[in-house]
Formats: sequence, C-alpha cells, structure tokens
Amino acid sequence: MKRYIVHRLLQGVVLLFLVAAIVFFLGRLTGNPVDLMLPEGSPPEDRVAMTQALGLDGSLLHQFLIFIGNALHGDLGMSIRMREPTVDVFFSRLPNTLAIIPWAILFAVAVGIPLGVVAALNRGNIVDRAAGAVAVLGIATPSFWLGVVLIFVFSVQLGWLPSGRMGGPDHYVLPVITLGSFLIAGFMRLVRSSMLDVMGGEFVKLARIKGLSEAAVVWKHCLRNALIPVLTLWGVFVGNLITGAIVTETVFAWPGIGRLTYEAVIYRDFPLLQAIIILKAMLILSINLAVDILYAYVDPRIRLA
Amino acid sequence: MRRAPWIPICLISIMVCMALFAPLLAPYSPIDQALREKLIPPFWMEGGGMSHILGTDAFGRDVLSRLIYGARVSLLVALLALIAGGGVGLVIGIVAGYIGGALDNLLMRLVDAAFTFPAILFALLLAVTMGQGIGTLVIAISLLLWASFARVIRGEVLTLRQRDFVALAKVRGCSSLRIMLTHILPNVLNTFLVLVTLNIGVVIIAEASLSFLGAGIPPPTPTWGLMISEGRGRIADAWWVALIPGIAITLLVLSVNLFGDWLRDRLDPQLRQL
Repeated sequence: MKRYIVHRLLQGVVLLFLVAAIVFFLGRLTGNPVDLMLPEGSPPEDRVAMTQALGLDGSLLHQFLIFIGNALHGDLGMSIRMREPTVDVFFSRLPNTLAIIPWAILFAVAVGIPLGVVAALNRGNIVDRAAGAVAVLGIATPSFWLGVVLIFVFSVQLGWLPSGRMGGPDHYVLPVITLGSFLIAGFMRLVRSSMLDVMGGEFVKLARIKGLSEAAVVWKHCLRNALIPVLTLWGVFVGNLITGAIVTETVFAWPGIGRLTYEAVIYRDFPLLQAIIILKAMLILSINLAVDILYAYVDPRIRLA
Repeated sequence: MRRAPWIPICLISIMVCMALFAPLLAPYSPIDQALREKLIPPFWMEGGGMSHILGTDAFGRDVLSRLIYGARVSLLVALLALIAGGGVGLVIGIVAGYIGGALDNLLMRLVDAAFTFPAILFALLLAVTMGQGIGTLVIAISLLLWASFARVIRGEVLTLRQRDFVALAKVRGCSSLRIMLTHILPNVLNTFLVLVTLNIGVVIIAEASLSFLGAGIPPPTPTWGLMISEGRGRIADAWWVALIPGIAITLLVLSVNLFGDWLRDRLDPQLRQL
C-alpha cells in the first residue's frame, strides 16, 4: 500500500512539473515575457527591474529554474490587473467555487443516476428512448447557452430567481443546474450501460432466487456494482467540473476561480492565468490522488495490480 | 439495420451550404453596423418585419446574416481541428499500439494525463500568449481531441497486430514503418472515420465555448459563440440575439451526433461503448 501511494505521488509530481514547464515555455515562446507580465505603458525602470528579477538576461534554463524555485516558495508572480500576488487572489476566490460544486454534483447524481437505472430497466422501450433523448440533447446543448436560457426563462420572464452574483440560497439554483448539467448526461449513459452489464450477473440471479423484492435487487445489488465504473471515471468528472465552473461562473457573474480564469483571459493578465493553471493542476492532481488512495483501500484488486 | 437519419442529414447539408455559399445567401453584410436599425425583433414579433427575418443585434447587424457567416467559422475550425488533432491521435495510436513496450507506456501515460487535465485551460493560455486567431483556435481544440483518438486507435491496433497478415508481412521482411502504413493504417480507417464524426459535435461546442470566453476568433468576425456572448447582456430586451445562435449550435451538434451514431453502427458496431 505504501509503495502504491509513493508511486502515485511521484507520478503526480512529474505531471505537475510537466504542466509548469508547458506553461513556462508557452509564455516565453512569444518573445519577451516582460511584455506579457507588465501592464502597458510601464516605465522603463520597471522593465529593467523585472528583467533582472526573472533572470531574463540569463539562459532559458536558468530562467526556468528561477521560476520553479519561486513556485516552490509559493510565489507565482503578481497579477497585472489586481496588483496582488496571484496565489492570494486564487485562494481568496476558491471558497466561492467550492460553495457550488457539491450542490452541482448532488444535482447531477440525483438526476443522472436514477435516469440511467430507469433507462436500463426499460431497455429498448419508450422510457429508454426518452431518457436517451434527454442525454443526447444534453450533450448537444452548449452549457453556457443553457445558462443564458435559464436566466431568460427564470429571471427575465418569470422573475423567480436572480440572474447572477452571489447571495442567498436562491442565487445558487441556476448556477448549480448549469454546472450539474456538465455531468448529468455522462452519469446517465455510464450508469445505463454498466447496469445492463451487471443485471445479467450470477449474483443478481441469486438475489432473485433468494426471493428479494425487485426494488432491493435493482437499487441495492445491481446499482452498487454498477456505480464502480462511475467512480473510476472520477478524474474525468473533476476535469469536467473545472471546465464547467469557468463557463458557469462567467454566465452568472459568480466570483469563484472559474470567473477569475475568464477575467485573466479577457484582461490578458498572463501571470494570473499562468498561476491559475498551475494551481488548478495541483487541485486536480491532489483530488485524484486522494480518491485513488481511498479507492485502493476499499478495493484490494487495485493496489495489488 | 437502422434507417439512415434523413432529418439530421438534411440539417447538416443545409448548414454546410450556408457555410459554403455565405456571401450569396446572406441578405446583409455580417459586419457593417447600422445603428439606426438596432435591436429590431424577428419577423413574428411586434415591430419586426421581413427585412430582417431574425432581427438585428445591438449594432444593427442582421442576425440571420451573422448566423450564416458564423456557420463558416464553426465548420472550418471543426474540419481543421479534426484533421490536426485526429491525425496526431491516429499516428500516436498506431505507433503506441504497434511498437509497444516502453514507448507505448510513456505515450499512454501522456494520454491519461491529457484526460485528467482540462484542455480548455491550455486553449485559453494559447489565446493569451499567441494571440487570438484561427490557427490558435485549431491548435487549442486539437489538444482536446488527440488523446481520445490515440486511446481508441491503440486498442484497435493491439488486436490487429496479433493477426496473421501482420505476422506474414513480418516474415516477408517488411519494415515496421511499412507494416504500419500498408497493413495497420487501412484497417483502422473505419474506426478513425467514426471517431471523426462522433467528435464533430465536441469540436463545435469547444469552438463556441472558447469564442464565448473571449479566446476564439476576434470580433467583428461573426461566430456563434461570440454572438451568444454579445447577446447575453441584452437578454432582457433582445433575447433573440443570444438565443438564436444557441439553437443553431444545438441543432447542428444534435444532427452530427445522430449521424455519427448511425455511421458507427454501420461501420464499426464494436465501438458501441463509446
């Protein structure tokens, strides 16, 4: 078990290093990075000072080492627009994103999983087709547009819900639905196909022979086993949520790390964007690592493989 | 055998014609502003008329004309990104699957990494560092595609490699490169074609999302994502500017996906799980 954890940890460090290298070299690719890092019209002294601070008079490798060294000390540069350390900006916005993510997952689970189960139970008939149509339509609808439609219907036309910004519980409804929609179709399809695999199993027959009620067979015996593939794809879903948060928070003016990413792009705040990408990579890798380790504890087949 | 999906095929053809013949079809310029005619509603609403069938936006530009020209950008970017990203994935998949060993291991690790790390972040970074444009957009979207292509093609190559005709070619003294090109490649082209069709929708949505986030093709070139982005601020008094392009995206993506499902069932039923 220890070996497994160490192995995974090393893998994570290598990946993070790779991400940092890509971000760094992309920033250098386009000429003088000082142009990307300083606001327009900065005095020449600032340029000289920054050139020296970043070691830009040295070799590219030297610059990279300085960049990594600073990063290890928790310094990923200053945001151009906010004139604050990028790391501080990121962590001050992170809680706002974490405030909607659990609700979005809960919403996606509550809708996607039952839909998948019902579709599998009614394989081929009209219920399955209807559930399939929902999934197909869900995949074809761009989520940022879905957000705009929700605002149009529930805020503008009906006036039931606020159209954006943080606030009371009513402010959460539309962003949570939009963000959750990134996962629903995926959950549904996955649960449906793995339910179909599981339902033919011997243990399901046994459960029926034992005389268990149909509900117990389906929701307890089948679903529990059908959820395993959903859990193994956890990493992909975390990535989806990070992408989804950018779009959702942009549509609803939600002050989290997704909206921060959008702001970094439209204001061309390169140091901020660079820091956001590295910090998000760290976030994704640590969540995946935690889930994998938890998973290895639960299922010995994984840690022994 | 399922019937061919005629409605999606018609819709796709219409969109392709829109893209090809945009200058002939569009009643107005998609870029010229006419501030006196701004925010005219579509013809079925009060105040609308047949001169601007789908209304105008906040700068007085005809929504229908922008929609028609927007199809150009969407389809062109989709085509280029699928060639670039799909091509890279195809090569990596064949090489990893056929050569195997440490190289395969390394490449598949990269594929795993690409799956966990959201490609959109690199796409945004590219837009900021390289500047917005069609080239940047195509590279950015290719990053989103190659990994899934590589993974599926590799799986296919792993089984192909065990087949007798490959062993025979080896005995005859063919080089690895020759085997990959003349024996493996033609056998994975069906799968490749199915993957391409199944991913058109992914690419179109990615392009629209990047345009929406201000990292696509710069204004005033009309793209569907940009139209939604520009229109969402006026959603209260001019909903058509933001909602109509979204309907176009949904219809197009829905059509290509249904067409792709059908093609998959015809050409490569084993890919059902995708």
